[in-house]
Amino acid sequence: MLATSDAPIEKARPRRFAFPAGATGPLIGLIALCIFLSLTTDTFLTVRNLLNVMDQVTVIGVMAIGMTLVILIGGIDLSVGSVLALSAMTMGFLANRMGLPFPIAIAMAISVSAMCGAISGLVITKLAVPAFIATLAMMSVARGVAAIITDGEQIVGFPLWFSDLAIIRHFGFLTVTVGVMIVIAAVAWVVLRFRPAGRALYAIGGSPEVARLSGINVQAGTIWVYTIAGALAGLAGVILSARLDSAQPSSGLGYELDTIAAVVIGGASLSGGVGSIGGTVVGVLIIGFLRNGLNLLHVSPFVQQVIIGVVIALAVAADKFRGRGR
Amino acid sequence: MQPAQVQPSAAPADGLVIRNIGKTYGPVTVLSGLDLEVRPGEVLALLGENGAGKSTASSIIAGLVQPTTGTMSWRGQPYAPASPADALAQGIGLIHQEMRLLPELSIAENVFVGRLPTRGGRIDRETMNRRAAEQLHRLGLDVAPTTLVRDLKVAAQQQVEIAKALTLNARLLIFDEPTAALGGEETDRLFEQIAALKAEGVSFVYISHRLDEIARIADRVAVLRDGRLVATHATAQVPVKQLVEDMVGRSLDRMFPRLAHRHGAPLLKVQNLTSALGLFEDVSFEVAAGEVFGIAGIVGAGRTELVRAIAGADPVSSGTVEVGGAPVRLRSPADALAAGIVLVPEDRKHQGVTLDHTIADNIALGNYPRISRTGWIRPSAVENFARGAIARFGVKGSPAQKVSELSGGNQQKVVIAKCISREPKIVILDEPTRGIDVGARAAIYDVISGLAERGMAVIVVSSDLDEVLGLSHRVMVLARGRQRGILDHETAGRVSVMELATT
Repeated sequence: MLATSDAPIEKARPRRFAFPAGATGPLIGLIALCIFLSLTTDTFLTVRNLLNVMDQVTVIGVMAIGMTLVILIGGIDLSVGSVLALSAMTMGFLANRMGLPFPIAIAMAISVSAMCGAISGLVITKLAVPAFIATLAMMSVARGVAAIITDGEQIVGFPLWFSDLAIIRHFGFLTVTVGVMIVIAAVAWVVLRFRPAGRALYAIGGSPEVARLSGINVQAGTIWVYTIAGALAGLAGVILSARLDSAQPSSGLGYELDTIAAVVIGGASLSGGVGSIGGTVVGVLIIGFLRNGLNLLHVSPFVQQVIIGVVIALAVAADKFRGRGR
Repeated sequence: MQPAQVQPSAAPADGLVIRNIGKTYGPVTVLSGLDLEVRPGEVLALLGENGAGKSTASSIIAGLVQPTTGTMSWRGQPYAPASPADALAQGIGLIHQEMRLLPELSIAENVFVGRLPTRGGRIDRETMNRRAAEQLHRLGLDVAPTTLVRDLKVAAQQQVEIAKALTLNARLLIFDEPTAALGGEETDRLFEQIAALKAEGVSFVYISHRLDEIARIADRVAVLRDGRLVATHATAQVPVKQLVEDMVGRSLDRMFPRLAHRHGAPLLKVQNLTSALGLFEDVSFEVAAGEVFGIAGIVGAGRTELVRAIAGADPVSSGTVEVGGAPVRLRSPADALAAGIVLVPEDRKHQGVTLDHTIADNIALGNYPRISRTGWIRPSAVENFARGAIARFGVKGSPAQKVSELSGGNQQKVVIAKCISREPKIVILDEPTRGIDVGARAAIYDVISGLAERGMAVIVVSSDLDEVLGLSHRVMVLARGRQRGILDHETAGRVSVMELATT
């Protein structure tokens, strides 16, 4: 996949149309990983195991879709792990302690999370605080509020139908939570690829000033993106609560880094303007399969962390290497 | 034309001798069979359009790029630098066209970065600052050497870059467009410094698009075209027309298209416009449909600021802008675009195109309503739209190609294609040919006059007086944010404009 450098102006190499997603490399990596794990373990390539992985990646997957939008406009959101916890605690508190109907508690939890994102977006655009700092602050605030709600206690015991959302496999394979993730990914893919609003995000990430001079409302776009990322982190908190049948103020610790890693492995550029939902899906699956496979191979969790770190570095380095000289 | 034969000079071995140097990237040849020498104590001007191979040649000499074929010798020894540091160790240095300064460090630290003077293992700040100040003073920049580079204006930053180069103690310096951001005074000082170093036997390779400079500073001229040496002149006293023809490879009968005599009704009406940032005040003018209206003035006169305000990019405190008799609200570029005003901005790379994206995506930006009525953007529709615009504006490239791969002239055509595809009523072009070579300029001039012929009101801002005068029906001159007068094509000349601009 080495590109020839300094191509002549007039002769373009045939290239996939639309924004180069850079997801070909990660896809090859994902396929190689699957082949390797199929050969080295008996259990990897079983329907049951693959469905398990799908369930395991839903939380990171949903957040990674929001993070893709954020990174696409050249931003970063460090607060998603904390917002996830705030969402879970809000939902548990409103339902179990305040006695609100469960669906309303879920809606409120996601609204609070969206508001966290909106506040980050406002701080970034109106106060001109760098996204890294603004969301670092939100990360601390949201985590603190999540703990304040119950003074640090966890909330356990949700209705059966709620836990079943993450357990019962409809049509024999699809839990509701996985289904939600797939629908969200599909919607995001369609918007980014076929709608003017989605194309505008690429322009904002490519150059905010170019986008502004082209008539795009960059500030509104930025606020929307952080709001969506917050809402999706909130949804991830609901999903995690369903999977665990509990809500804890400390849940989602460090998830922001896993999420960013998945998006970056999927070929997105932290400087903005480059990335795709397809790439992010591949990135999420690489992390999911890697964790799963290493467990099947009985690799210790400590060694797993080392391996995942190396994979992140290699994935991005490989992508840069392919892109060199373009 | 064959490259001029090497004259058996008295001691060519003393300088730099380049023999049959070529460079290919995969199947692409960017430089071939270059024979050239640079003698001790001479300034060799290296000319050519963008993409002619100047940068490749200078990169090879400075060790940034290794040649595919050929050999070099330097002061009688074989010379094949493996890196810029290697080249510098042998006395050959390169000053980049794009500045490579560290904005958070002081001027002196930038000048001596990588070779800070030390005393007893500690950085000798006193010596460093003194030597930097001396060098800056010689270049006519009298600011404290402890000033942070980020606090300097672009021209001063370029002088710091030059100061850095001049303190390298190099025996051969390659200057790539050193005067691009400099004014007349600063350029004079630079030339004095070059002359002084020449007298000490330092050689220069001087790359510039400003042809009038060549006669002043160069001893000899070499012209590249399409990766080959096409002409060398033993003296720099060559008519500009000859140089341009060497570079372009064809004779230039006319640079500027003939002005069409077609004035319609006033389309754009600007009244008493005043900047909210204090950059210009009380500017009033009208532009008719089919008219090209030039805005001239020296750097800092408020030209860019004025047109940015008209395009909604910068705030105004008072005054009105009307398009076809209807007042325009100017709170954002989106407002101006809705009223039919588009700006082709000054800084192509930061304001005009997103370099990492394809030509098609750049052209499509802002044109989605014209690509699809339904709001669903099919990639094939984007590609077809871009293909049409590419053909219409003569962009050399394909829709799926990244804009970063294009030459400056073609990037500019992409920006123009993007802006004009909106079918605007009023087109403002700010420095439409900055950094674009001579051949591509004529094509852009044709595009500009074509816009006016199709009934648009066109405003051209340019630092290049010939450009403003050649293109415009009328020229407005600004000085220090104030309108100094509007001249007709017949009465506007270099002298009359400069008088207004500088008084």
